[in-house]
Amino acid sequence: MNPAYSVILFTTASGAGYGLLALLGLTSTSVGQSPSLGFAIVAMVIALGLITIGLLSSTMHLGHPERAWRALSQWKTSWLSREGVAAIVSYPFALAFGVTWAGLYTAPDAVAPLGFITAALSLVTVFTTGKIYATLKTIRAWHQPLTVPVYLFFALASGSSLHLALSALFGRDPGAIAPVALIALVTLAFLKFLYWRAIDAAPREHTMANATGLGANVRQWEVPHTTKNFVQREMGFVVARRHASRLRGLFFIVLLCAGLLELAASLIPMLSLAGFVLMFIAAWVERWLFFAQGEHVVTLFYGNAQA
Amino acid sequence: MTALPQTTAKKLGLVIDLDTCVGCQACATSCKEWNTQGYSAPLADEDTRGADPHGPWLNRIHGYEVEDTNGKDSRVVHFPRSCLHCETPACVTVCPTGASYKRAEDGIVLINPDTCIGCKLCSWACPYGAREYDVQEGVMKKCTLCVDRIYNENFEPEDRQPACVKACPTGARHFGDLGDENSAVSQLVKARGGFDLLPEMGYKPTNKYLPPRAKRDTPQAGIEALPKGDGSAMDRLFKLADRLLSGN
Amino acid sequence: MSSEPVVALSPKTWDEIKTTTCYMCACRCGIKVYLKDGTVTYIDGNRDHPVNKGVICGKGAAGIKQHYSPGRLSKPLIRVGERGSGEFREIEWEEALQTATTWLGNVRKTDPKKLAFFTGRDQSQGLTGWWATQFGTPNYAAHGGFCSVNMAAAGLYTFGGSFWEFGEPDWKYTKYFLLFGVAEDHGSNPIKAGLGKLKKRGAKFVSVNPIKTGYSAIADEWVGVRPGTDGLFVGAIIHELLNAGQIDGDYLNRYTNSPWLVIDNKGAADHGLFARDENGETLVWDAHKKTAVPTSDHNAARALMGRFTLPDGRKVATSFQLIAERYLSADHAPDAVTERCGVPADTIRRIAAELAHVAFKETVTLNVPWTDFTGRRHETMIGRPVAMHAMRGISAHANGFQTCRAIHLLQIMLGTIDTPGGFRYKAPYPRPIPPHIKPTGKPDQIWPNEPLPGPPLGFVTGPEDLLLADDGSPQRIDKAYSWDAPIAAHGMMHMVITNAAKRDPYGIDVLFMYMANMSWNSAMNIPDTLKYLTAKDETTGEYVIPKIIYSDAYASEMVHYADLILPDTTYLERWDCISLLDRPISEADGPADSIRQPVVEPERDVRAFQSVLLDLGARLKLPGMTTPEGQARYPGGYPDYIVNHERAPGVGPLAGFRGVDGTQSGKGAPNPNQLQAYIDNGCHWFYELPDEHKYFKHVNKGYLEWATGFGLIGKPEPIIHQLYCEPLQKFRLAAEGHGAIQPPDGHRARIIEAFDPIPFWYPPFEGDLVDEAAFPMHAVTQRPMAMYHAWGSQNSWLRQILGRNWLYIAKERAAKLGIADGDWVTVTSHQGQIKGQAKLMNGVNPDTVWTWNAIGKRSGTWGLKKDAPEAKQGFLLNHLISELLPKRDGGYRFSNSDPVTGQAAWYDLRVRVEKSADQSNISGPQFPTLKNLGVGQ
Repeated sequence: MNPAYSVILFTTASGAGYGLLALLGLTSTSVGQSPSLGFAIVAMVIALGLITIGLLSSTMHLGHPERAWRALSQWKTSWLSREGVAAIVSYPFALAFGVTWAGLYTAPDAVAPLGFITAALSLVTVFTTGKIYATLKTIRAWHQPLTVPVYLFFALASGSSLHLALSALFGRDPGAIAPVALIALVTLAFLKFLYWRAIDAAPREHTMANATGLGANVRQWEVPHTTKNFVQREMGFVVARRHASRLRGLFFIVLLCAGLLELAASLIPMLSLAGFVLMFIAAWVERWLFFAQGEHVVTLFYGNAQA
Repeated sequence: MTALPQTTAKKLGLVIDLDTCVGCQACATSCKEWNTQGYSAPLADEDTRGADPHGPWLNRIHGYEVEDTNGKDSRVVHFPRSCLHCETPACVTVCPTGASYKRAEDGIVLINPDTCIGCKLCSWACPYGAREYDVQEGVMKKCTLCVDRIYNENFEPEDRQPACVKACPTGARHFGDLGDENSAVSQLVKARGGFDLLPEMGYKPTNKYLPPRAKRDTPQAGIEALPKGDGSAMDRLFKLADRLLSGN
Repeated sequence: MSSEPVVALSPKTWDEIKTTTCYMCACRCGIKVYLKDGTVTYIDGNRDHPVNKGVICGKGAAGIKQHYSPGRLSKPLIRVGERGSGEFREIEWEEALQTATTWLGNVRKTDPKKLAFFTGRDQSQGLTGWWATQFGTPNYAAHGGFCSVNMAAAGLYTFGGSFWEFGEPDWKYTKYFLLFGVAEDHGSNPIKAGLGKLKKRGAKFVSVNPIKTGYSAIADEWVGVRPGTDGLFVGAIIHELLNAGQIDGDYLNRYTNSPWLVIDNKGAADHGLFARDENGETLVWDAHKKTAVPTSDHNAARALMGRFTLPDGRKVATSFQLIAERYLSADHAPDAVTERCGVPADTIRRIAAELAHVAFKETVTLNVPWTDFTGRRHETMIGRPVAMHAMRGISAHANGFQTCRAIHLLQIMLGTIDTPGGFRYKAPYPRPIPPHIKPTGKPDQIWPNEPLPGPPLGFVTGPEDLLLADDGSPQRIDKAYSWDAPIAAHGMMHMVITNAAKRDPYGIDVLFMYMANMSWNSAMNIPDTLKYLTAKDETTGEYVIPKIIYSDAYASEMVHYADLILPDTTYLERWDCISLLDRPISEADGPADSIRQPVVEPERDVRAFQSVLLDLGARLKLPGMTTPEGQARYPGGYPDYIVNHERAPGVGPLAGFRGVDGTQSGKGAPNPNQLQAYIDNGCHWFYELPDEHKYFKHVNKGYLEWATGFGLIGKPEPIIHQLYCEPLQKFRLAAEGHGAIQPPDGHRARIIEAFDPIPFWYPPFEGDLVDEAAFPMHAVTQRPMAMYHAWGSQNSWLRQILGRNWLYIAKERAAKLGIADGDWVTVTSHQGQIKGQAKLMNGVNPDTVWTWNAIGKRSGTWGLKKDAPEAKQGFLLNHLISELLPKRDGGYRFSNSDPVTGQAAWYDLRVRVEKSADQSNISGPQFPTLKNLGVGQ
């Protein structure tokens, strides 16, 4: 699949945003007593900002952004529609939570329930995002049990990493977020390792023989059109195996460094800023690979022997 | 309304004969010209005179080569590919807006150009590459089975068929109700062993393909070999000439 | 759940439908053009039309993009810079026509043959040939000389019809179809529809072609013959059939010249000619009377075989005796040819057996009584359901004429011509063998300000018909009808620019061309052609070809090398007639013709070439185009001519709706409402023959009488197939030193070899003259299904399908040459070198490389941007093909053509292929970008 930057931006930014939002919601009453107004506002703005940037980026990617509202209608059948609904529904709760949590509106009893609801909706939204990809049977690398968990843990790992960085900026004790960040990061690394092992091992069940019905010895002779068409541009992206494994290695190294920085941040909090930067780089690398290695069945019609 | 109809009254579709298609592109350009002014109007092209001319086409003709097992001989197969109007198409159920739908009446899978947001997810869900994005229009385009021709009362009844079928000079494309086992297309599929593309994906394509027939390049029963040269050919010809005289 | 959207199921996306005739290729299908607010919105096939019966092809359905192409010309142009600079000035039509009239008038009043008027893919040769006649120049032809004259001439000199478009396989009844070298050539939709019918009926389809794409891809059997060796393959089949006695002796005896007696008198002036009686009538041997009798003696016991002595002592043999002797020789046996033609001997034997089986054991009998020319009544029509068809793969070789004759010999030996299931004539064929028209242009036939006494093109039957100057040199600029190419029935357009630039045989003053891209994909040897077009006389500083007038609808490469451009309309903007006098669209079941009508008005300042030609004719006061009072005879232009012109009394361009009331067909007075009658009938006319006239037309008394009355033939005489071709022997005798008109010495051996009255095979010249070790491969082109020449490959839709080409090479051979899929390779011939990108495949003869034709474009032409893939990755083989053969002993460079017909032998090309040291993504050679002259958008 074509690793379009808009989609990478959307999924990584909104993932980090929702991760942060979820953690803020879950820890609103346990970390410290009450947030400083500045921290709360900045954290909420960044979380919602990332989500909004992500959503806007995905909307701008549409052919008809002005019709985006229609995407909320098919929640019964479409995971993309569900994602839209979840995203929209989570907004007011997130705002209410942020306002009460920051103390802009005093409703101490509401903070925790709103936080939980916001966290749940955030994770549901990430879950639906993962589901969009995981339910596509046409892309073997996405149609995997680990696709959704990876999305969730990416959100948690990048969100917690961001949380650590913000805490450091505001001189706050991150509290339980520090171990959460490390656990999320290690789990993510483990899941991603398992995921890559799974997609490498997963059989290429679909063949050009089955796509064309012309038997095992079929190969492409002429393309239908001499310049690339939409299908080839969108779904025909191929990344070299060597290039991919280098990038996988890079991902783990960057993630390891991010983890080490997060660990070291318990001594020098400001290192968590660098940790987050590395985390975000790791997310980009991973997401680029996620698309680039998403080999689509339609490529069977364009010369690919198996998919 | 991306929920699929439980059943459709008809299963309209195409049967494409790979044994007869010569790859002339008549179906491809006829499709383009009808649909650029019909239901899918316009099918907007990019860079039409430049280095990278491209645009949405709803029917594209591939060329494959099949090698015999000995690797020596081979077969070139021209392979038209368009929407197969699946019975359970994922392209419809993934659509977030309901623009993509399958008609209960005849099973045609359509995109409503007024509600499509151009998210392209349907193209990701389709294993057959049937859906193409129109950059200028900002919506997805696909084969409509010429829904605006097959019922069009402005045409003579015999012309109420998809543009590609009407155009096809070799008669390699057949249109009809594949849900009716007595229809001509169903009979053809039965007689010729029509098959599905990627049946294991489970989308139950309506369109069927008829396989190329076996070559006939080996001795056939009932055809005697001619006598070997034995030096008596001239005699035979003279005898033949004599027989002509007696028959005169 | 919401309900489904409402779909408009009966939209009327048009407000008007007009019928006309397609011109996206030479097939000439009937089309329906849909218009909305005066704009063309959709084109589909006309169901009532005899040619395509409703279908349309990939090209036809892309006609909209042809019509609205940004590559169209929009205004007359006159050159102001150097040729090739692209510097033109737009002028008004009046200035353009006055300029042309001045140039042409000066030629006509001095030496009319200094006008060379050549038209390309012209479908109005009835008019253009007549115009040349009226002008008085013999230097006229269309593009047939590099297209299909070998096919046309071989057929017309053998059975009075032809493959090409003068006949068609009997798709309804044939059970075995042999197709030679056809890739989307003439009859594109009828062949496709026919193949579909064969598939439906389970008839066997064998394709003989080095390349297995298109039609060959769906063949039941593919015979991957080596280019130029089809004659060996066919000869071996004939050998097998003769050896087995599997021939239709009755058909041969009655309907062919097989029993005619040929004089055997080696060294004498009558050797190899038919023995004739005192009345000049040819003879057969009556086996019962044991004497020779005239062939008109239908009761004679005709000996098919034998050698005899005439009462006057002369030795004779039947034609068939000579044929049998030749083809039974061991060098025609399958084992003797298999290596050279690349077809296994067992395959040849099996196909021969299959042909015999189908022809003689699976006969088709129609219960239709008919009467042959002798008056003998036949209760049924018995057909031998073997059909053959052939085109470029046979035609474009230097041995194509004789190879095509060999195929006809095979057809006729099996008794299949115009029988049910065989190959059928289309009106106006069959015609006398050859047609009774002689070429005009001898020295005493060309005079200032006078028309020629006859048409420039015709059919010679002996050296006396050649167009030779008093010193024996060629009369025509292209050397057609000279000893270089005596039977050049379509002229030799491919030689005009070379010869004119070399002033060989003489210099010309005006070169006037129409719709022929002669500076690019229609030229052989493009680099030198460009030099010839821009060559200047060293003494005067003037161009050696002083004036070039060119008419085209598009900004083609040729436009840049002309001096005066007359912009033509598109095919949807003009009147045309597809005439029985030219290249008709008849069906085997009866004659047909059709018209084009303008379905839209041009919004540019362009004029239909045919009307412009008539206008020029009137300005030049050409007799046929001027009234006695000096006024234009056809002031209404081409439509006026179509309706009112009479070639002979009652015979005009269109055969339908003649007579004042429009009720006559064939012959009849001009009908002022004829065009409207055609329009009302869907722009075509078709007369279906009665069943008893549909087969055996060449010998069918009823048909021959009807055809005479209709004006298709002069007399109701049988058209006896000429397996033994006496006119060829006459040229050969001249070369052997007999008669008053003899070839120059350097030509004698070549004439003696090639003008064999019995078909035979000889190696294509290029392969014979160059070092095969240095150029071991053959290189040929195929016409892509969706494109017809350069004008189709610039189409905005079609160029998406094929925006560039590749060089296809057999996988196995590529591996040996170290060439991988996608490598850039050089292809080198004795003439030049090109660079293209390789694509590997299995379905190609291993000694052959090939590519799609006419896709490569020169940067800046046809309204394409300068970096278009057609120019940057596309390439042409034309650069490799010389218009002249390498020097022979004596230094003369013959044209790279068939020695009999002058057909350009562009399929004879020999090359070597190597991986290029330069792997950059760009083809070669590259030429400087030209200035875009298209109308744009």
